[in-house]
Amino acid sequence: MLKTTGVPSDRDIEEVFPPRERLEKGPVVVVECFETIPCNPCYTACHSGGIEAFKDITDLPTIDFEKCNGCTLCISSCPGLAIMVIDYTYHQDFVKIIIPFEFFPLPKEGEWVKGLDRNGEEVVKVQVLSVKNSKKQDKTSVISIAVPKAHYKKIRNIKVGVPND
Amino acid sequence: MIHADILVIGGGPSGLSAAIAAGKSGAEVLLVERSQYFGGQLVKQTHMFFGSEKQHASSRGFDIGKKLVEEVKKYGNIKIFHNTTALGIYEDGVVTLEQKIGAEEIYLKVRPQSIIIGTGALEKSLPFPNNDLPGIYGAGAVQTLMNEYLVKPGKRVLMVGAGNIGLIISYQLLQAGVEVAGIIDASPKIGGYLVHASKIRRSGVPILTGHTIVKAEGDKHLEKATIAKVDDHWKPIPGSEMDMNVDVICISVGLTPSSAFFWQGGCEMKYVRELGGYVPKRNRFLQTTVENIYVAGDSAGIEEASSAMVEGSIAGFAASHDLGFVYEDFDREMQDLLEELQGLRGGEKGAHIRAGYEKVMF
Repeated sequence: MLKTTGVPSDRDIEEVFPPRERLEKGPVVVVECFETIPCNPCYTACHSGGIEAFKDITDLPTIDFEKCNGCTLCISSCPGLAIMVIDYTYHQDFVKIIIPFEFFPLPKEGEWVKGLDRNGEEVVKVQVLSVKNSKKQDKTSVISIAVPKAHYKKIRNIKVGVPND
Repeated sequence: MIHADILVIGGGPSGLSAAIAAGKSGAEVLLVERSQYFGGQLVKQTHMFFGSEKQHASSRGFDIGKKLVEEVKKYGNIKIFHNTTALGIYEDGVVTLEQKIGAEEIYLKVRPQSIIIGTGALEKSLPFPNNDLPGIYGAGAVQTLMNEYLVKPGKRVLMVGAGNIGLIISYQLLQAGVEVAGIIDASPKIGGYLVHASKIRRSGVPILTGHTIVKAEGDKHLEKATIAKVDDHWKPIPGSEMDMNVDVICISVGLTPSSAFFWQGGCEMKYVRELGGYVPKRNRFLQTTVENIYVAGDSAGIEEASSAMVEGSIAGFAASHDLGFVYEDFDREMQDLLEELQGLRGGEKGAHIRAGYEKVMF
């Protein structure tokens, strides 16, 4: 499926998702990296030890969910935009999801945008909580959104306003 | 006649890296680049690079190009000529150059002791009815229009080819506000990195593997593309055709090494499918069968820019060393570079590259 369509299966996602007990402790990383390509900036960016050292540059990242503190530093360092941080403890009804975003216009804080799944299909409207786009992010903005709990495993992208013409 | 210890042909990632390494080693270097910019294809790469910190991973391609150019300019012993096309390598070791200065074109001769060739690659094309209609572009042209000249190629694009270039340019089209109707590839699997495929897919662009383009139609310019599923022999299956209303078809079906200078220089050549076409045989220091000609980057075999940079450094250090220039850290540096290159070619994705290189090493 992933290799023919670019869409990871639910099972692929389950495999890289932190366990429920860890989700309930606070923000933590989800790395959707399924292919052994030569790449290690996620490890280089990580200061908490949450992404373990690579033996070989083509290793898949190994995540220590207990050490990861959900700091989000790795999000904009991943050339594949494969990393998000998820905070299940954000709100009783909403999960905070922090994703990389490289399109203009950028959303504004408080704006409602379309929440898209891994097929690019709209699932639910979501509200933007924050937009980080400083020099540190190097043009890969880091966007926090509040996602209704029922959809937190589906949402992976947003669509802002009307498309550019 | 211009003097240079080492002539580097091509100012892309491999050529720039080769010039830096040779410059560090103390050789008098002449680096020539056909275009007005140095950086080669890096100039147009707006995405972040893979690899490790050593190859500037996580930086964007165009920023890497700038860094390399700044580095080159630090060395007083590296001369750089832009707008300068290498024309030919002659039997007596003279290389001729044509340099544009304003409206003038001047003819120059250089007799280097060694030559490093980093001329990159050429795009492959695809035969189908009406493939000459306006609106049908090679991937490189689309990227040049968008990222160098800030011109959108059209409104709605069919991308042919799901390798890294097809995927990356599809993403860049979306970023430029152009609709991508779909990405097709005759192969049963996506050829490019899956992380690229996934990020495009979650922006709503369908990727159809096992599909090919059958024909293009349009009156004065492209209006419609017909695609079809392919069978196990990559032949279109009758009845599976589907029409797409698009004003752009972008052809991204692979690259072939730019090999003319190796043939001229008398290097022993070999056709290696995995490397994209004819490439010179070489040792692990990238020296060809002609003692003073070295190869680096895509002209050595189609690969990523990260490997091109490492190969450039290897060729630059090796060529200087072979001419007797003493770089204190040569042994350690060379060992590191060879290991880096091996690392970049590791894993499942590197398998075909490794297979290709085995066929051309001596």
